[in-house]
Amino acid sequence: MTTNMIKVENLVYKKPKLLNDNDMHYCPGCSHGVVHKLVAEVIEEMGLENTTIGVAPVGCAVFIYEYLDIDWQEAAHGRAPAVATAIKRLNPEKMVFTYQGDGDLAAIGTGETIHACNRGENIAIISINNGIYGMTGGQMAPTTLLGMKSSTSPDGRDMARAGFPLKMADLVAQLDGVCYVTRQAVHTMPAVNKTKKAIRKAFEYSMQNKGTSMVEVVSSCSAGWKMTPQEANDWMRDNMFLHYPLGDLKDNK
Amino acid sequence: MKENVQLMKGNEAIAHAAILYGVDGYFGYPITPQSEILETLMDLHPWDTTGMIVLQAESEIAAINMVYGGAGCGKRVMTSSSSPGMSLKQEGISYIAGGELPCLLINIMRGGPGLGTIQPSQSDYFQTVKGGGHGDYKLITLAPASVQEMADFVALGFDLAFKYRTPAALLADGIIGQMMEKVVLPSQQKRLTNEEIEAQTPWATLGKPVGGKPRVLTTLELEASIMEDHNLHLQAKYRAIEAAEVRYEEIECEDAEYLLVAFGSCARICQKTLELARAEGIKVGLIRPITLWPFPSKILSQYADKVKGMLTVEMNAGQMVEDVRLSVNGKVKVEHYGRLGGIVPTPDEVLVAFKEKVL
Ligand SMILES: Cc1ncc(C[n+]2csc(CCOP(=O)(O)OP(=O)(O)O)c2C)c(N)n1
Repeated sequence: MTTNMIKVENLVYKKPKLLNDNDMHYCPGCSHGVVHKLVAEVIEEMGLENTTIGVAPVGCAVFIYEYLDIDWQEAAHGRAPAVATAIKRLNPEKMVFTYQGDGDLAAIGTGETIHACNRGENIAIISINNGIYGMTGGQMAPTTLLGMKSSTSPDGRDMARAGFPLKMADLVAQLDGVCYVTRQAVHTMPAVNKTKKAIRKAFEYSMQNKGTSMVEVVSSCSAGWKMTPQEANDWMRDNMFLHYPLGDLKDNK
Repeated sequence: MKENVQLMKGNEAIAHAAILYGVDGYFGYPITPQSEILETLMDLHPWDTTGMIVLQAESEIAAINMVYGGAGCGKRVMTSSSSPGMSLKQEGISYIAGGELPCLLINIMRGGPGLGTIQPSQSDYFQTVKGGGHGDYKLITLAPASVQEMADFVALGFDLAFKYRTPAALLADGIIGQMMEKVVLPSQQKRLTNEEIEAQTPWATLGKPVGGKPRVLTTLELEASIMEDHNLHLQAKYRAIEAAEVRYEEIECEDAEYLLVAFGSCARICQKTLELARAEGIKVGLIRPITLWPFPSKILSQYADKVKGMLTVEMNAGQMVEDVRLSVNGKVKVEHYGRLGGIVPTPDEVLVAFKEKVL
């Protein structure tokens, strides 16, 4: 005799409604997909589905608008914080956030990031720090660790020629316009839960017009790092977390 | 109602006209000779009256991307700069054109290349009219020749931009920006509400409509055939603009045996040259293109059958002259006279050049 197991009261987990069924283009082990899901969950749980405008980056996450069913603007490479600034200033009652890679945020868009944060724009910045330019094929980013290999640092990043890994979260935490900065990861279930809470806090602060929030998610990039997903996750834990330690850097409650 | 007549600089007229038109946002970075636009706006603090946002950005790059964000919400947004700053904006302008976002871009030109000079110039004609950014796109380009037109073309620029869902540019030189003239300002228009914007521009990203589909503004398309379709759609729109929106002024052209062709302050100078020539019995007329794109090719082609020669007068090394030559297609001699790097030609020297080159 068979019993129907699929009952509403048995449901412990479901995909957020805002995350549609389009196949994601991300590589195995990539953090983008998990963070997309968290953003969808938070928007849904906060009831902001019709109030949110997201700003997509140029980078692997450029297609985030294919997966999350909210209004989106796709910005030029690095300019998402400027785009978000105008959207929020012209629509102070809306939830406005950017979703950016570390190249987008900390290389070409450094100026826009710093100044949006310094003006205290009431936006949330979600930044995915995978220490590399994923989309263009694994070139060195400002965040690439010393000694870390990439297609433009084939012998490993050398400080004499390429400087030091840039800690954007630490930098913006100094700015008076910024109310919340945290560095998280999504490599384990507890980490995923913490990141979700961080995104929720950032979105809540934005809606309360407290200033700029930044949630940096330290991520692996198995394709860019030329590792298996498991190796990439282990390498991230053993190397990335040393230079980019997880936890809150600022919280103006 | 009594007319609102004032004496002011061209740059100030733009700021007043923007507020009165009901513009939602201005984003800019200081640069001579156009800083009065931002300064006047800050002085008038429209955020207290109409609710207009005025933001001094950290760079021209940030400013143009703010315009992208605001325009993407269906808001009336604008930026202004001068030549070096406009160079920085070009990537953003290309995104705005590709994304079909209506907005107003103002360039009060100064001499270049490089940092150049703060003196007036018209050397960004190519940059504006031929597409300074990457990709195949066009900017509706209005060339004011008076302080009155500086004010009037704010409204015209926005009206055209929203009619065609495409960016419009106002291209003036430092003289028009800095000189003071009488201007009649329009009455105050209300800014649109979000409900009105939703109704007029349903593509605007103002938060997904309840029960509706998400709106996505992007210029990315990896599938080449779809990208080509989008480009063809843009080109079809440009052809429609060319068919309907050409604007120009004909001054004493009826009996003209020769034509001067000039825009902006050079057109004002040429009006005097025309008087000097006619006093000597030489029948000279003047065509002043008001839209530099779409260019008044048809009227020039018609005059090419009637006149003996044409002279374009520009504060550059010969840019619009190429469009005049394309328009007349070899039917008549077209010469160019230009002063460069911030030098403004006098009516007499234009007359001398006209006699040497065309008469
Ligand atoms: C002006 C400009 N310069 C360069 C590029 C090429 N480009 C696209 S994505 C990218 C880097 C993306 O890296 P990151 O922001 O770290 O995001 P990821 O792909 O790793 O998620 C670059 C250099 C571009 N699109 N535009």
